[in-house]
Amino acid sequence: MHLSESVNTGFLFLAPWLVFFPVIGLLINTLFGHKFSERMIGAVASLASGAAFVVSVLLYVTVSGAHGEAMRWQLAEWMHIGTLSLDWTFRVDSLSTTMMLVVSGVGTLIHIYAIGYMHEDVRFKNDVGRFRRFFVFLNLFIAAMMVLITGDSYLMLFVGWEGVGLCSFLLVGFWYELDLLARPSWSNSFAAVKAFVANRVGDFGFLIATFIMFWAFGSLQFDKVFQQVPTVAPGVIIAITLFFLLGVTGKSAQVPLYVWLPDAMAGPTPVSALIHAATMVTAGVYLVARSAPLYSSVPEAQNIVALVGAVTALFAATIAAGQFDIKKVLAYSTISQLGFMVAAVGMGAYVAGIFHLVTHAFFKALLFLSAGSVILGMERGHHHAAHANHDNHGKGKKGKRKEERHDARAERSHSDSEGADEAHGEVFDPGDMRNMGGLRKTMPVTFWVYMAGMVALSGIPPFSGFWSKDEILLDASMHNQAAYWLLTIAAFFTAFYMGRQIWMVFFGEARHEAAARAEESPKVITVPLIILAALAVLGGALNLPFEGFHNLGHWLEATLGEVESLPLNLQVAGISTLLALLAILISWLMYARKPFAKDQTDPLASLGLFFKGMNNKWWMDELYHLLFINPYIKISYFIAEVIDWRFWHDWFHEKVIMGTYNWISFTGLNEYADQKGIDAFANGLGTWTQSLAGTLRKVQNGFVRSYALSILLGVVLILGYLIFK
Amino acid sequence: MIPVDYYIILSAILFTIGVLGVLVRRNALIIFMSIELMLNAANLAIVAFGSVFESFSGQIFVFFVIAVAAAEVAVGLALIVEIFRSKRSIDVDQVSSLKG
Repeated sequence: MHLSESVNTGFLFLAPWLVFFPVIGLLINTLFGHKFSERMIGAVASLASGAAFVVSVLLYVTVSGAHGEAMRWQLAEWMHIGTLSLDWTFRVDSLSTTMMLVVSGVGTLIHIYAIGYMHEDVRFKNDVGRFRRFFVFLNLFIAAMMVLITGDSYLMLFVGWEGVGLCSFLLVGFWYELDLLARPSWSNSFAAVKAFVANRVGDFGFLIATFIMFWAFGSLQFDKVFQQVPTVAPGVIIAITLFFLLGVTGKSAQVPLYVWLPDAMAGPTPVSALIHAATMVTAGVYLVARSAPLYSSVPEAQNIVALVGAVTALFAATIAAGQFDIKKVLAYSTISQLGFMVAAVGMGAYVAGIFHLVTHAFFKALLFLSAGSVILGMERGHHHAAHANHDNHGKGKKGKRKEERHDARAERSHSDSEGADEAHGEVFDPGDMRNMGGLRKTMPVTFWVYMAGMVALSGIPPFSGFWSKDEILLDASMHNQAAYWLLTIAAFFTAFYMGRQIWMVFFGEARHEAAARAEESPKVITVPLIILAALAVLGGALNLPFEGFHNLGHWLEATLGEVESLPLNLQVAGISTLLALLAILISWLMYARKPFAKDQTDPLASLGLFFKGMNNKWWMDELYHLLFINPYIKISYFIAEVIDWRFWHDWFHEKVIMGTYNWISFTGLNEYADQKGIDAFANGLGTWTQSLAGTLRKVQNGFVRSYALSILLGVVLILGYLIFK
Repeated sequence: MIPVDYYIILSAILFTIGVLGVLVRRNALIIFMSIELMLNAANLAIVAFGSVFESFSGQIFVFFVIAVAAAEVAVGLALIVEIFRSKRSIDVDQVSSLKG
């Protein structure tokens, strides 16, 4: 091990422990967890994550002592091939400490929340043993994410990148044998596979970019690459950055690879909050910010990145406004907000992008966890309702969801006596906002923290989302008008769908028995929510756009280079604030002035086709099915059914291989090569020798005198030649 | 001094007689004698040229030819004796069992 050049390395030696602590946690739970109580398992996992947070804070102290200078800690050698040398080196600078504080901080809160959430979730789904597995995966995720954000080279970043993808796959498919409503089905598995495959397309781009980078720069280490940027042709850098963009669209759920993220809501809610809102999906934003010297040198690529982000922001926001599932709304909202971040880093506003990443981690984790609390409350309410009144089931409105989930569960697990009681009811969807209503009375804490998240996300000043979103909009208004208008309209939709959600979920009358009997969640769930709510409200203080503040901007300057600190622009801020308030007002008029009633169609339905598009995700899944998946399935079926034994044996083996072999041996070798070639040559030689001999034997007539005559003639000829030549 | 032409002409006549004798006669002994005749025709020519060019080489050559001819006669006569023993004849046309 060697220390970096910096004199005061402080706590730098702790950097590898960012990864080791979660790994230790998951090892303890894996090896000894079967003896632990749930409380113990959760405590080990949370402590492991909390220890990583403590390390992050200590590293932050160290780095701020060095004014944000990058420090590197080499843990081990990895590979040295020719000029390429890659090591397990941890890079601690202002950008990575910002990321690690968010990941470990929000991650720890979500670990604590998950103790309460999973306690109930595994019981609703009748598989208590899976509690331990969840926390093992969660710790694995923290470890992989730490590798991603502290890696000192693109390859180490890629190790983390793949690691978090694996954890995403494992956790989306956590209830792999169920569907969203806990019925036996493979739909959760399909969601996990979809997430994995979409990410694979993106990872392909990442790898190609890395290969080009190695070819052009001869190194994958950040500093060495960035130093050489001026010496490399812009075309090569454009190729690298655009292939990286493909990776970003996969990991950060941008158009066109975003389709996996809404389906990833199949994972338990803490997973949605941690992986699919706060941390993993921001890896793409981190990648672009980390590669700032590359992107800044090619404005063409920057424009494409910014437009991809802006289009995603608006596109996903329109879909979010048409959803009825509480988590789906938040999922599309996440895609939309990621679009804001990608647009920001694409425009070179790296600080604004990272700032929004941080505040978004706070309020979107908060919203997801609160939504999880709402869903648990609904489940409890449904449970009570079912027990109190067997004859009077609440009528779920969704006809397509036919079976009672407990009933379906009973098929899998016959020990479930409650399930048998509830047979033949309509299925109850605890996440459907049309079943909710009036929850602010039954779940007051959840309501207030949800409100905090909602105002932060909607961009109402002075809550955190306002400051970060406004900074992005301000940068956009200066650098990219098209992106600015797309993002502004997206901001309008953001406020609208959040208002719609609040009115539908917490206001009005309960539209389902479960909502009427819903119960507030226990403290292990609400305390992390309150902490996150405080962060969501106050998070804007990180980077206030006033003289003397810009703290995050100055902090990141050491890593990202010169950063322009923009003052508050009243015009941009005013427009976005007015639009947000207007959107909330419109949503109030539509959903709260006359409360959304049971069995009512959505007021947005008057938009006709437009609403249908929003509700059906603009048929993007269907389009992808049509363009990619169905042809793929057809090819698969073709391979599976047409290219079968008969194909291989009768056709390929008999006709192609044997036929070719026979043709070569009989016609080619036997007839042409052997008979007409070698045989004919040998026979011809014999025949020719024979006929020559037949001619020559006549000379040998046995008369000595004729021999003598020929000698004489020969001598005469030779002498004649010699004399007269 | 007899001009060298005479020797040469004599030599040519002797050689021609020898050739004709080999070609025409079937008696192996006669053919043998004809061969000797040709050898001596050649010897005559060689010594004639040797005296013209005042060189002993011709005479030395001739000694060698006479020695080789003697050896040849020894081998040849032995062959003829053997042929006579198996064929009871020395007619060379009879010795044709190897003809093609």
